[in-house]
Amino acid sequence: MKFNRCRTLLFYLLTSLSSDFLASEEPVMVAIDAGSYRALYLTKDSEETQVDAFFIDQLPVSNEEFYKFVSEHTKWQKSRIPSVFAEENYLGHWVNVINQWQPDINDTDRPVIAVSWFAAKAYCESQNKRLPTVAEWEHVASASETSIRGSHDPDYNQVILAWYGRPTTQRVGRRDQSVPNIWGVKDMHGLIWEWTEDFNSALVSGESRADSNLDKGLFCGAGAAGSADPSNYAAFMRFGFRSSLKADFSLSNLGFRCASNGE
Amino acid sequence: MRCRINQVLAWTFLLAISVLSPQLLAVSVANRDLPVEKAVVTSPPMVPPAITRKGNAKVVVEMETIEKVGEMTDGVEYVYWSFGGTVPGSFIRVREGDEIEFHLSNHPSSKMPHNIDLHAVTGPGGGAISSFTAPGHTSVFSFKALNPGLYIYHCATAPVGMHIANGMYGLILIEPKDGMTPVDREYYIVQGDFYTRGAYGEAGLQPFDMEKAIDEDADYVVFNGAVGSMIGDKSLTANVGETVRLYVGNGGPNLVSSFHVIGEIFDNVYMEGGTNINHNVQTTLVPAGGSTIVEFKVEVPGTFIIVDHSIFRAFNKGALGMLKVTGPDDKIIFSGKQFDGIYLPEGSAIQSLDSDYKAVMATSETEQIAFGKRVYEANCQACHQAGGEGIPGAFPPLAQSDYLNADPMRGVSAIVNGLTGPITVNGKTFNGVMPAMRLTDAEIANVITFILNNWGNKGGAISAESVSNITD
Repeated sequence: MKFNRCRTLLFYLLTSLSSDFLASEEPVMVAIDAGSYRALYLTKDSEETQVDAFFIDQLPVSNEEFYKFVSEHTKWQKSRIPSVFAEENYLGHWVNVINQWQPDINDTDRPVIAVSWFAAKAYCESQNKRLPTVAEWEHVASASETSIRGSHDPDYNQVILAWYGRPTTQRVGRRDQSVPNIWGVKDMHGLIWEWTEDFNSALVSGESRADSNLDKGLFCGAGAAGSADPSNYAAFMRFGFRSSLKADFSLSNLGFRCASNGE
Repeated sequence: MRCRINQVLAWTFLLAISVLSPQLLAVSVANRDLPVEKAVVTSPPMVPPAITRKGNAKVVVEMETIEKVGEMTDGVEYVYWSFGGTVPGSFIRVREGDEIEFHLSNHPSSKMPHNIDLHAVTGPGGGAISSFTAPGHTSVFSFKALNPGLYIYHCATAPVGMHIANGMYGLILIEPKDGMTPVDREYYIVQGDFYTRGAYGEAGLQPFDMEKAIDEDADYVVFNGAVGSMIGDKSLTANVGETVRLYVGNGGPNLVSSFHVIGEIFDNVYMEGGTNINHNVQTTLVPAGGSTIVEFKVEVPGTFIIVDHSIFRAFNKGALGMLKVTGPDDKIIFSGKQFDGIYLPEGSAIQSLDSDYKAVMATSETEQIAFGKRVYEANCQACHQAGGEGIPGAFPPLAQSDYLNADPMRGVSAIVNGLTGPITVNGKTFNGVMPAMRLTDAEIANVITFILNNWGNKGGAISAESVSNITD
């Protein structure tokens, strides 16, 4: 009996180790129901964006998963990627072991960061997935543990704001340490910023930037005048952050997760 | 294979453009023959030297936005967002007609993108859109300083209020073509209001509180980003006979400042930081997102307290600084106390009030404590605070006070004689002035007994008789 228990423990140890280092399993995807979402920078009268049902990764992509990807698709390796597709800091937190860039052993299960939009997009496509749209991402991110519209709950906002208010620490936290939201999706807040497919649409949608006022909308007073919910500071900050990006940027707190139309 | 080479060529070409383009941009706006110089910027409370050149220049300003933990007051930390690592940000000084090439770099550790809106810029957003910068990036834009004056700059990234509330503001001085009148001392002060989850003085790392900010319910109103930023060793200094000029800004985000220096009259006030000069001003308004320049000659030595004369902000929220002036006294301008005598409104014949009046005397230690509490609230609490915690850097704590517990008669002496000069309380040095208090021996005994039996002090009682040993 004692022996058996020991063996069981050993078995668990081995399997957990192997899943840590090999990631043989497919990432879990979570089904999200259709819903609607109103972009922050639109007025209260504007129509909500319809979000169709879709699937999204339960967790952000890890260093280990991304390492597997660049091993198979070598043109996305740090030493090979053209600088138009990623700036110098691309995978800047990886270490060079015998001319091979790879994640630090302590980083394998942390979210991959310092990846460009191009690389994130290529990763998702390699798995027959895609990056989520802003509307999809915000639709999922606005859920709290108990409600699909947690953004009406002041505590929910305060927790997110507290994270936004802290400078990036030396090392991003581990994945899967937080309570899932009502959809079962984890780490939407509190670890990293995430790429979206149309991250820059707040700036470039609309026929004329001057007419639509969207470019000014996120600066200073004009932002509040036109916005549906000026007290939603967390959403303001996400839109502010996204609109500062270009597709080759590789920032030390920006990662991603994938989405798809089918499972 | 061939396709691949073409691809590589295309990538290389794109790479070349992307690498060169910032320089190309910079070159395209570079002006003809202006001499190029790098701006000298300073951290508060210092101001860069006056501009001596007679012509214009192209001035390159390099500034970095950093998010970092700093100390709001003893034991209270706050994550400041800053220009150049200080609140307020670095002081920029250029000349009217100069062309400024502004390099804004956002530190890679930043969580947020940042930008800068300089009120000295004529153009949309004051540079905000052109300087919008992601973490780990640098933006460059240029502008011409058309209007002389003292201007606020601040971050204007959404949500703007939060970026300002976290300390992202500073001052840029555009000197008029003819220069500023030379003075002996120049200092840089910016007021700001802060909103924290915990109340004033609540220890630990305090997060920004959005609800309080919207309600304009400030926990801290401070000069130069922290309580005590210009107190004690960090006081501003001047010598008797010198002229002092203060460049004063108000970052807000919400509150308007009633800027005042206790014991001085401003000889000149550049109203709202503009060209009009007013004279002989006691208190001047500094709007949120605005500035003023004040000048005064210091005639007598002493410590001059700089406050927001919305006075509870000064004594309870931190808006208090010091200017220490050293040099010889001038008894004509200010005599000091010359006389302290008995005041008898009804003439010398009447020696006492109503003869039926008899002060109620405490008959037990419990009564002493209860009576002492009233004395404390009426006489001591304004400075030493309701919980005896004092004000860091200004008024020593009476709670858990090693200074008092070592010898309670020190407290009696301070009340009877006043207390001037440096003392160390609980490891902190205080160098202020406490005036003598006009209290009866019984009142003094009661208030000291009250203090000894509260806030973690050692207990015990002081009798009116032992007080009279000192007063007599």
